[in-house]
Amino acid sequence: MHLRSFAIKSPTPMPGWGLSFGIMLTMLSVVVLIPITVLLWRGFVGFGATGMWEVINRPRVWNALELSFRAALVASLFNLVFGVLLAWVLVRYRFPGKRLIDAAVDLPFALPTAVAGIALTAIYAPNGVLGSVIMETFGMRVAYTELGIWIALIFVGLPFVVRTVQPVIEEIDRETEEASATLGASRLRTLTHVVLPMLTPAALTGFALALARSVGEYGSVIFIAGNLPNVTEIAPLLIVIRLEEFDYDGGVAIAIAMLAISFTLLLAINLIQIWSRRRMGAV
Amino acid sequence: MTETLTLPKPRAFRPATTEPVLVKWALIALVLAILTVLLFAPLIAVFEEALRRGAAFALASLSEPDAQSAIRLTLLVAAMTVPLNAAFGIAAAWAVTKFDWRGKAWVITLIDLPFSVSPVVAGLLFVLMFGSNSALGVWLVANGYPIVFAVPGIVLATLFITFPFVARELIPIMLEQGRSEEEAALTLGASGWRTFLTVTLPNIRWALLYGVLLCNARAMGEFGAVAVVSGKIRGQTTTMPLMIEMFYNEYLSVAAFTMAAVLALLAFVTLALKSALEWRYADQLAATHRH
Amino acid sequence: MRLLNTLRNKIDKALIPTEAREPRQPESARTINNDTDLNDMLTTQSTYRASFAWPHLVAVAAVGLGAVSFLAPAVSAQTLLNVSYDPTRELYREYNEWFADWWVEQGNPRPHIQTSHGGSGAQARAVIDGLGAHVVTLALAGDISAVATNTGKIPADWQSRLPNNSSPYTSTIVFLVREGNPKNLQDWDDLIAEGVQVITPNPKTSGGARWNYLAAWGYAQENGLDPADFVGALYRNVPVLDTAARGSTTTFAQRGLGDVLLAWENEAYLALAELGEDQFDIVVPSVSVLAEPPVAVVEGNIPDDATHALATAYLEQLYSPEAQAIALKNFYRAWDTSAADPADVARFPDVNRLSIDYFGGWEQAQPEHFGDGGIFDQIYTVQ
Repeated sequence: MHLRSFAIKSPTPMPGWGLSFGIMLTMLSVVVLIPITVLLWRGFVGFGATGMWEVINRPRVWNALELSFRAALVASLFNLVFGVLLAWVLVRYRFPGKRLIDAAVDLPFALPTAVAGIALTAIYAPNGVLGSVIMETFGMRVAYTELGIWIALIFVGLPFVVRTVQPVIEEIDRETEEASATLGASRLRTLTHVVLPMLTPAALTGFALALARSVGEYGSVIFIAGNLPNVTEIAPLLIVIRLEEFDYDGGVAIAIAMLAISFTLLLAINLIQIWSRRRMGAV
Repeated sequence: MTETLTLPKPRAFRPATTEPVLVKWALIALVLAILTVLLFAPLIAVFEEALRRGAAFALASLSEPDAQSAIRLTLLVAAMTVPLNAAFGIAAAWAVTKFDWRGKAWVITLIDLPFSVSPVVAGLLFVLMFGSNSALGVWLVANGYPIVFAVPGIVLATLFITFPFVARELIPIMLEQGRSEEEAALTLGASGWRTFLTVTLPNIRWALLYGVLLCNARAMGEFGAVAVVSGKIRGQTTTMPLMIEMFYNEYLSVAAFTMAAVLALLAFVTLALKSALEWRYADQLAATHRH
Repeated sequence: MRLLNTLRNKIDKALIPTEAREPRQPESARTINNDTDLNDMLTTQSTYRASFAWPHLVAVAAVGLGAVSFLAPAVSAQTLLNVSYDPTRELYREYNEWFADWWVEQGNPRPHIQTSHGGSGAQARAVIDGLGAHVVTLALAGDISAVATNTGKIPADWQSRLPNNSSPYTSTIVFLVREGNPKNLQDWDDLIAEGVQVITPNPKTSGGARWNYLAAWGYAQENGLDPADFVGALYRNVPVLDTAARGSTTTFAQRGLGDVLLAWENEAYLALAELGEDQFDIVVPSVSVLAEPPVAVVEGNIPDDATHALATAYLEQLYSPEAQAIALKNFYRAWDTSAADPADVARFPDVNRLSIDYFGGWEQAQPEHFGDGGIFDQIYTVQ
């Protein structure tokens, strides 16, 4: 294996190319590539593209896919803004209870999604603590509507942006900000023109991860969604329904459709990121 | 009790690198309000359900042999997946950020991919690979190495689910830091390993820690994928999240929510460790800020 | 295998210093002692050192495999794995204890009985995919038939091998209503009235929910109504389709949604016990279903005669008066009441129960009603 000539563009004195690329490739193959290939094989060769298209090309499946991706986008955009804000508050400000909050940010990961779903439903159900208040004030139902799905997805995606942006803020050189201020920039201008661009790669990464995670989320959503076909039925639920019918082909078809859409979305985000990186690097 | 003389405070001097006090507290209040509604409320609900019949009742549910073996298995699975993913994350971040090569965006996207795979499908992947429908699976079982419906399958599924955490935590920060420090060290004659250990690692250790903590939390909390590959044999292939579901389905909600609370507490413990580390190394942490 | 073992030992050596490896014996002994020759060979080998990229890689990649393989569960002759469905835990916990004692009384060593619980369909899928169940005790005959047809590990005539369609206990579908039955819901036709909210899970993902649906269908058919219209009207009154029975119970009991919950009789009693007897009433409709959770030996997973004898006895003894008493105590309708507590028997009122044969058997009912594009799907087809 001549890894160095595999894809590397410019010679560099940096060591460890073979080792790092090798470990990455090996584990990527074992954990991701081979299993995904098996899935694709099963779909395209075992079941056939026409069969898959027949499974996917139905109003009910399209409705579910649209709902899954729309809700994931809304939730991840919320998490993008809120995550950067929260990371900033946690790193830069001192206030009582800060450590507790910092510790709590990861809890959505530790709590099994079903537990999160049950707990969120308890709160946002029409008779729940917050659900009843929202019902009275806004006349809106949260649980068993799309709004409930958004809340569940915001919950499961919450740590991503915070935890990718937080270390970057911790590493930011205050001198840059000082320089900006010395040159007469207002605080707001410093933040939007100096700090935010530095956070962008990390924030975009977090956004991409949150998005990816929310699209496929099942456990927490099914408790709060209501699961009415065409209205609040998410795509992963359709996969489960197929599997319950022992229809692996149908399940695999919908899984591949979801995978293709998320892969395109993620690739777009990563390309934008690398492209903007290059542009910034050239400055 | 001593009376302290309160002097009129001097007008606070605000350095140019902080926001106005009003803005600061407004932001803190906003963040707290959103967190309360979205994060603390469900958490409190979990603990409330767990303690509905008193702490003694809740604790008794944990002493059951099934519950204990679930806790042990979950810790074991986390102990196996986290180091593997940490090794992968460091290697991937190094390859991605220290070298220029074609196809980077593709590889990063592949690393992200496990997140976008619905957990149910993630489990299904390994069932398709190692289940009784695959020749490989049949051969492995015949030779005494069952993968699915045994611990290895649970580890693989968890590995898949938590795959991107460390890598994706490290990549942005290593991009941010660039290569100049490593290049300087190499120019000064340091070996590759030495450069990594003394230059790179100190710079990335907080991001690494965050990544490991997230990975750990998720490894312990994963349900969907593990449910498909576990077989749910009590006391043998049942992890804590699976045990929670079983208890819940058996109308033992106190036991279910107590175990959920334990998972939350386990996450808190790891985070308390992080806080302790941060406090212990506060000087060094501050030093890296200033460079 | 040799390769794997070599690799594993190599990794053990690489990762753990010799003195630290000793105390791990109890765990690793199981697999490593099998090939002492290899072990001896390896002790003379020089220590493995990670100094070069590719060997290191192989080590990283193999650590997972190697490390997990010695944790693979050991299978002993007197182990029995019962793969069951969700709320049978108390039932089988009690029965396992009773059966183990009985088995010892017959002059056998004490068996180690393991159980697995989950959704009936998902459990059947796990057995199809290779979960080594010795016996299956699932919610629907259709799920066991799926195992039989997909794997051939269960003989096709399994349902005639034990009495009563291989169903040692049965249950039925009842209504759980709020205390005092404020909307006076007495029978199925009350549920399709305007303004009544019915809570039932999705029959596509929940085995129990299929019985709910079929019970409503049967009522319509028995009373000369158009059954498709009737179930359509019923499901239009369903505001939330949970994926499992337990989720529906929570929606109804704790979220306060709906006027009536359609539930398995045994789960309705469990729910009363857990969630408060003073808040809900059980209403038994005029027509319901004879839900038969059947049992079968998974012949293809039986390694030897001893296990076969154990598995067969395990299922046969479910019909003994003592086991039937345990089933009755756990809110199942059992056949033999001779050893049961009379209070457990008196609990169940008489009801006209339609068996699955009324609907043409699962082979017909499953695809016709719940299959892809079946009658249930048509209720939700976009016009």
